[in-house]
Amino acid sequence: MARLEAKSEVSGSVWKIEVTAGQSVAEGDVLILIESMKMEIPVVAEAAGTVASILVAESDPIVEGQTVAILDT
Amino acid sequence: MFNKVLVANRGAVAARVLRCLNDMNIASVAVYSDADAGAPYLALASETVRIGEGPAQRSYLDQDAILSAARTAGADGLHPGYGFLSENAGFAQKACEAGIGFIGPSPRWIEAMGHKARARELAEQGGLPVCRGSGVLDAGADLAHIARGIGFPIMVKPAGGGGGIGMLPVRNEAELAATVDKARSLAMRGFANGDIYLERLLERPRHIEFQVLGDRHGGLRHFFERDCSVQRRNQKIIEESPAPFLPRPMLAGLADRVATSLRMLGYDNIGTVEMLMGADGTFTFLEMNTRLQVEHGVTEEVYGIDLVAGQIRCAAGETLHAILPETIAGRGHAIEARICAEDPVKFFPSTGCLKTFRFPSGPGLRVETGYGEGRTVTPFYDSLLAKMIVHAPTRAAAIAGLIAALEDTAIEGVKTNIAAILRLLRSPSFQNGPFDTGLVADTIN
Repeated sequence: MARLEAKSEVSGSVWKIEVTAGQSVAEGDVLILIESMKMEIPVVAEAAGTVASILVAESDPIVEGQTVAILDT
Repeated sequence: MFNKVLVANRGAVAARVLRCLNDMNIASVAVYSDADAGAPYLALASETVRIGEGPAQRSYLDQDAILSAARTAGADGLHPGYGFLSENAGFAQKACEAGIGFIGPSPRWIEAMGHKARARELAEQGGLPVCRGSGVLDAGADLAHIARGIGFPIMVKPAGGGGGIGMLPVRNEAELAATVDKARSLAMRGFANGDIYLERLLERPRHIEFQVLGDRHGGLRHFFERDCSVQRRNQKIIEESPAPFLPRPMLAGLADRVATSLRMLGYDNIGTVEMLMGADGTFTFLEMNTRLQVEHGVTEEVYGIDLVAGQIRCAAGETLHAILPETIAGRGHAIEARICAEDPVKFFPSTGCLKTFRFPSGPGLRVETGYGEGRTVTPFYDSLLAKMIVHAPTRAAAIAGLIAALEDTAIEGVKTNIAAILRLLRSPSFQNGPFDTGLVADTIN
């Protein structure tokens, strides 16, 4: 089993967390929505797996490249 | 005329309005959030007031902070710009009640056109063509019956929304109920208003809009059309006037029809009627924006008018007759590109410090920006860095001029969409037409 870091491609703040720890996700599923410049930018699962942990809370500020969740794949 | 006007906005539009107020010898008040402290355009204002922190909810959307700044500064007028509180009827009403002239239409117009299903009804009353659609859907509505009457594909739209946000397409009856539920929850979340309605979905339409200016005495004129079909995420990136590849008499007739309708209804300041043109060439009403538009500059260049000054003078009670020449004639062609802090492929936002921020200058070239070298682009506001407008005798010359100006633009520190704009401007579809709202997807993605 591999650990996969889900990273935000943009700076902004956490708009909505769409999954919870322990939940199974498919490749492409939206994990977290980041709000930046009036746009909602999704952080998606790059592979199918299980959400090991969520590292942020709603409305937290986020910088580009920050890891926001960990997946077990 | 107003003695002192507060500009309740930021960035390029704040700069544009402040410049106009200076030209008109009207004292100005600029407001700013912590993120915009020290922004170059603030130097244009007679006075500046800090209204709060970076996030818009705590500054440019804070009605009390803005109205309190206006009262303290003794402003007797307020220009809302576009976005933020510009289409908030409650805010306009509060300003009026505080004795501060709201530079826009009467609050009842903002309210009526802000509700998109109500706006459709008004347009229909005014004799404008609307596409098949429903009113606001009741909880127990017979969706399948209503949808069959409209015909698929259908767009499910939030009545309290706008700007292309929260719309969901539905292509068949099986998807209908679930899509309506989803749209309702999106509308609740996005606009705190769960009202939704159905409208026939036009595949790959052209987006053509008509600029109007009305006074408080029943006068209203139009300034023909702009073509804003080049969009990503239902938001415009290239706009031009006149609309290319369409017969002038048809467009002029439609513009007259729009002006006649709004005059009859009593519309009383600046506004834009957005229409969609289907593949069969028929036009239908999309929505009306009851404010200055981002792309107003292309119309100003072609028709040689100052729409912001006109808007302010009309709001102060002057008549259109006193403001405008008897006949309004277009000259040449103008195209605007919205330079945004976005990557040029996915159009994701990009933040950072503008290490380099330089534009060329020359005849026929106009650049509107609120940024300067060394300023920081934050995630708090929209991604617009600058508007670049080229006015030339012909469309081909305007395209060539805009390409040359974009090639001479140097921006470092954030990603920009300039490469995407250049690709669109150089594409045979854009240059030779016809093209529609599918152009960006065809050319970039």
